[in-house]
Amino acid sequence: MAKKVAFLQGNEAAAHGALYAGCKFFGGYPITPSTEVAEVMSAELPKVGGKFIQMEDEIGAMAALIGASLTGTKVLTSTSGPGLSLKQENIGYACITEVPCVIFNVMRGGPSTGMPTGPSQSDVMCAKWGTHGDHPAICLVPASVQEVFEETVRAFNLAEKYRTPVMIMPDEIVAHMRERIVFPEPGELEVIDRTGPSVPPEQYKPYDTSFGDIPPLAAFGSGYKFHVTGLNKMQDGFPTTKAEIVQAEEERQVRKVEANKADIMKWEEYLVDDAEIVVVAFGSTSRSARFAVDEARKAGIKAGLFRLITFWPFPEERLLELSKKVKAFISPEMNLGMCAGVIKGCIEGNAPVLGIFRVDGEPVNPGQILDKMKEVK
Amino acid sequence: MSFDYDKWIRPGKLPHIWCPGCGHGIVMKGLIRALDTLQLKKENTAIVSGIGCASRLPGYMDCCTLHTAHGRAAAFATGVKMARPDMNVILCGGDGDGTAIGGNHFIHACRRNIDMTYIIMNNKIYGMTGGQFSPCTPTGDKASTTPYGNPDPGFDIAKLAIGAGASFVARGTAFHANQIDKLIAEAIQHKGFSVVEILDDCPTTYGRRNKYKSVIEMMNKLKEIAVPVKAAEKMDPEQLKGKVLTGVLYKEDKPEYCEQYQKVIERAQGAAK
Repeated sequence: MAKKVAFLQGNEAAAHGALYAGCKFFGGYPITPSTEVAEVMSAELPKVGGKFIQMEDEIGAMAALIGASLTGTKVLTSTSGPGLSLKQENIGYACITEVPCVIFNVMRGGPSTGMPTGPSQSDVMCAKWGTHGDHPAICLVPASVQEVFEETVRAFNLAEKYRTPVMIMPDEIVAHMRERIVFPEPGELEVIDRTGPSVPPEQYKPYDTSFGDIPPLAAFGSGYKFHVTGLNKMQDGFPTTKAEIVQAEEERQVRKVEANKADIMKWEEYLVDDAEIVVVAFGSTSRSARFAVDEARKAGIKAGLFRLITFWPFPEERLLELSKKVKAFISPEMNLGMCAGVIKGCIEGNAPVLGIFRVDGEPVNPGQILDKMKEVK
Repeated sequence: MSFDYDKWIRPGKLPHIWCPGCGHGIVMKGLIRALDTLQLKKENTAIVSGIGCASRLPGYMDCCTLHTAHGRAAAFATGVKMARPDMNVILCGGDGDGTAIGGNHFIHACRRNIDMTYIIMNNKIYGMTGGQFSPCTPTGDKASTTPYGNPDPGFDIAKLAIGAGASFVARGTAFHANQIDKLIAEAIQHKGFSVVEILDDCPTTYGRRNKYKSVIEMMNKLKEIAVPVKAAEKMDPEQLKGKVLTGVLYKEDKPEYCEQYQKVIERAQGAAK
């Protein structure tokens, strides 16, 4: 049987990806340019017995998401810059309480109201440091409509597997452009559900590290009674200020992601092996970069593309390795150098990082990248 | 009637954090009597709170308990209830948590009429942070941030809830301990969003700044100002000056949110066929 093919927007693909992953709850608040996700979910979720709720604000949407997830439900919200700022309070809550949830954030111009209909890539640092305190961060940055679908499924898998919030952040161009998408058959993509308790209710602890760094999570209403708090907590979920416990728990929460980087990180290398110039790009900017790399190769410039698909955790080791043999990195991005800064932070000064930074609501075009390549001596 | 308090208290989690003379413990005992009377299943009961002294209550209860972010109890609880309409969902917290930082979530939970019970312990002050004025602190009163007297007018929580669409609204006081469980039990049994405001006392951060010499004096004040709704019907406005009505203030049968959403599911699935 031929696979189902459609012509979809990135935002619509995200909703369908979520449904494929088994999402049964959406809590959101209207915001440009991500509203289509909510619209599709409001139509599709009740068909599969799921629940859609438009909350009174972004903060409430994030809160409802965590409440629903604690009943064992897979949950999604969608938002954009200003909404992401508001959601940070409860994203931190989901980090410390270790509740799986997926946040789909379309990157538009900022700060504040900025350019609601203009693209940007300026929320990537907010994905890591937006909420206060030390915490794990997983952020995916798809570059095509097909990839939005697949990465949304992966976002759910990572959230469920690592008991943590996962952000998926296309720029506005990827979110709103329409492309052909081939729907995977059920079972074709891996779908992971969180690990439930293997002990009876009276023995259950929500942060029982005898099961490893990612303790099983029981569901409210399934016979298991337990306590959840945003305070630093002990293995039984109750608050503590005991120094050694707080230190160990904080480190474990971050380690869940850091120790499993190899499983979470994903990137694509295009003509990188012999490249003297490596363009590091993500989202729609990576499409311009690929075009520029092809043009450069025609002109005899040894250029390659390192396309980030996972932004956080960042592929520090691989870029450090590449930095030892390239003449320069080029970082085209729709912000004032966020990704370039991260690259600089991991390559120990081995190579220059040339930036092409646009915050005018226009995409970085291939010509700009080609011109920058020509500056490399 | 005797009540099984031990059944509902989480083993090993007492003593509680509340100061001597604080009424929150009286409210918790009332809640336990209500739950015991209704014979709810602990595993199927979620108790959700925000931040503050009153919001520490769920930790002492042997149920599914969720101590959330400041003001957000109603929003977290809405997610729990939407996902699991068969669960009993009870919220608790203080006046600052519920009507200041949580005001938006509060009024929208009222508006949706989602089947949850919200117990608001109104001691007219932010106790945990040391006694700053709340939206329920009366004009002129002293708090750590109103050293010259509070310029703000206060909220009437019950009126706010009724105005926002809650379908059951009651008020009691920490002095009238035996009424608390009856109000909470009736609220839980009511289908829809129910609000139970309990006028409470904070001797530590409110009483001492506002010329209350003792907890007993604060409790006597609660006794003195409370007028049951029925009794108030026979009183004229002059007699009701400075008084607060107690009992069930408002009750209405109207569509409940989860049931309304179930109809959405049926319509969506009907349309899909």
